[in-house]
Amino acid sequence: MPEKTMRDAINEALHQAMEQDDSVFVIGEDVAGCSGSGGDVGSVGGVFGVTGGIYHRWPNRCIDTPISESAIVGAAAGAALVGMRPVAEIMFADFIGVCMDQIVNQMAKFRYMFGGKSRCPAVIRFSAGGGFSAAGQHSQAMYQVMTSFPGLKVVVPSNAYDAKGLLLSAIQDDDPVLFFEPKILYQETAEVPDDMYTIPFGEANFVREGDDVTVVAFGQMVPKTAAVIDTLGEEGISCDLIDPRTTSPLDESAILESVEATGRLVIVDEAPPRCGLTADIAGLAADKAFSSLKAPIKQVSAPHSPTPFSPELEAAYLPDAEKITAAIKATLA
Amino acid sequence: MSIPKETLLHAYRTMKTIREFEERVNAEIMNGQIPGFTHLYTGQEANAVGVCTHLDESDTIISTHRGHGHCIAKGAEVSGMMKELFGSSEGLCKGKGGSMHVADIDKGILGANGIVAGGPPISVGSALAAKIRKNGKVAVSFSGDGSVNQGTCFEAMNMAVVLQAPAVFVIENNFYSEHTSINYAVGCDDLKARTEAFGFPVFVADGADFFAVHEAAGEAIAHARAGNGPAGVFAEQGRYHGHFVGDPQAYRTEGELEDLRENHCPLKNFRARMAETGELNEDELDAIDAEVMAKIEQSVTDAKAAARPTAEQVTEDVYIQYNATA
Ligand SMILES: Cc1ncc(C[n+]2csc(CCOP(=O)(O)OP(=O)(O)O)c2C)c(N)n1
Ligand SMILES: [Mg+2]
Repeated sequence: MPEKTMRDAINEALHQAMEQDDSVFVIGEDVAGCSGSGGDVGSVGGVFGVTGGIYHRWPNRCIDTPISESAIVGAAAGAALVGMRPVAEIMFADFIGVCMDQIVNQMAKFRYMFGGKSRCPAVIRFSAGGGFSAAGQHSQAMYQVMTSFPGLKVVVPSNAYDAKGLLLSAIQDDDPVLFFEPKILYQETAEVPDDMYTIPFGEANFVREGDDVTVVAFGQMVPKTAAVIDTLGEEGISCDLIDPRTTSPLDESAILESVEATGRLVIVDEAPPRCGLTADIAGLAADKAFSSLKAPIKQVSAPHSPTPFSPELEAAYLPDAEKITAAIKATLA
Repeated sequence: MSIPKETLLHAYRTMKTIREFEERVNAEIMNGQIPGFTHLYTGQEANAVGVCTHLDESDTIISTHRGHGHCIAKGAEVSGMMKELFGSSEGLCKGKGGSMHVADIDKGILGANGIVAGGPPISVGSALAAKIRKNGKVAVSFSGDGSVNQGTCFEAMNMAVVLQAPAVFVIENNFYSEHTSINYAVGCDDLKARTEAFGFPVFVADGADFFAVHEAAGEAIAHARAGNGPAGVFAEQGRYHGHFVGDPQAYRTEGELEDLRENHCPLKNFRARMAETGELNEDELDAIDAEVMAKIEQSVTDAKAAARPTAEQVTEDVYIQYNATA
């Protein structure tokens, strides 16, 4: 099977979805690029290169916009309400701050507030997460916040294979989907089939299988945690590593069944700890698998602070192998 | 209008400082010394300096992602800025913010800003404070040709008129927002007219000409200071670098950059004007060049030697006081 980067896998999914269904279109800042200039229109393909080539193939369905995140999300929501399948790009997940109303009060609520009579099959893609020394306004995960809103589906791929299959599911899905691409993973490769395939929402992936500890990780923390678990394997510690892939819907039963088998739970996410996914899943296990637990649940997250700029500070901020290892070992102490 | 010699010297020194700061930052990014996302102001120096020469420390500015020039023009200390860009704990923001968040509140610099059009509403707040306190201060916000298309910018402009706040909106048209041309992203033909339609006067200047910006900004700031409500400055001048370091700049037409550097240079224009009027002589200007070069060199030496932040500092300064028990 061919190796592809996560960037290319997502790009391929977009091409295939556009090819198959002409109600799909791409919209956002510089998704084509160079619009209105005397230069090479369409040559940018998004600042991370994810929408590359789409404009050249479908100039009418690859739409550059002004810097207007509210209007971008609103336009996607409105086009979806009348039957299109837009895939909007918001350059950085942090910019949700600018378009929160359109996401949270508008598209998330349509179906419910309209008594089940509408559908809004819009996908909003975001680059997300830390690791670039990009400081407080260009590093946030944000998916943990958005997971709390009923009416939205939230996807966080951790590898190129999942990214393609999940995005194709997202585009076919009749509900609004927020798709968070951990930007540090764009260059990471995996085996990705050329053909179209979908990965259902709400089905976790067991990245590693083991008996001693259940570890749940999200996004860029999945490969980091897998490396830790492989090292611990050499010391005779074996872990389940569960990547939920979608935080809404969440595959609760995969997590609970694993916890019932291991009796130990560690959750790893890059976002700050309060009201986040680590607390959410710790709460789930405490509520529904308490009697299986043999040790306190451990949460590994960023501290309750914005993301710092300086590389040393950011390295100390994000969960690393040392912290993940310590948490896993603590459950075995 | 004649400008005092002191002001001329200061203006040239500041523009040169911005130019050399940016060129050195560009080099240090290529050397791998400066992490993160950095946007250079080279070419647009006359805008920042033409505006800020009218301000004192207690007037405020709020800047953008392309903020180094605005901050230097408003008096930010170059060595503290360089340390910040290098990520040192001795930087102006202790290495917490970096290029996109340089700030010095004591000097009226309410920060560079990573969110396009995050600044104008905040600037209206500063202007409102000046109005309530009746202290004659003004609040200046800088916006790019892309930034003006954001709802927050529209809201700030309208509300400044409604509140009759001494807010000055400086619009810097450098023709592109990232890779998109203003011809595409601003739907109407006349951005100046669109801005004036909010209900305040907008003064236009050639952004390659310090004297033009100085004059336009002088009128706008005087209007706001006098209690007549907000005003605008609209200056056109291209940036010499890509949006970010490594930008392939496929939006440029052939010869565009060469023409910019050759025929639209605020520093060259300033020197030409001085040669014409004789207000400053070449020796004086050369001496400033040498002084600036030495200062920038020193700032890099200092930044390289400056203390690095430690892990305990991650959670410092989130709050002033926070009663959390661990
Ligand atoms: C809310 C938001 N949207 C998008 C971006 C990404 N971005 C950073 S700078 C920029 C272009 C800004 O253009 P302009 O206002 O003309 O300023 P210039 O870069 O030309 O100085 C964009 C789109 C951002 N930082 N914040
Ligand atoms: Mg611009």
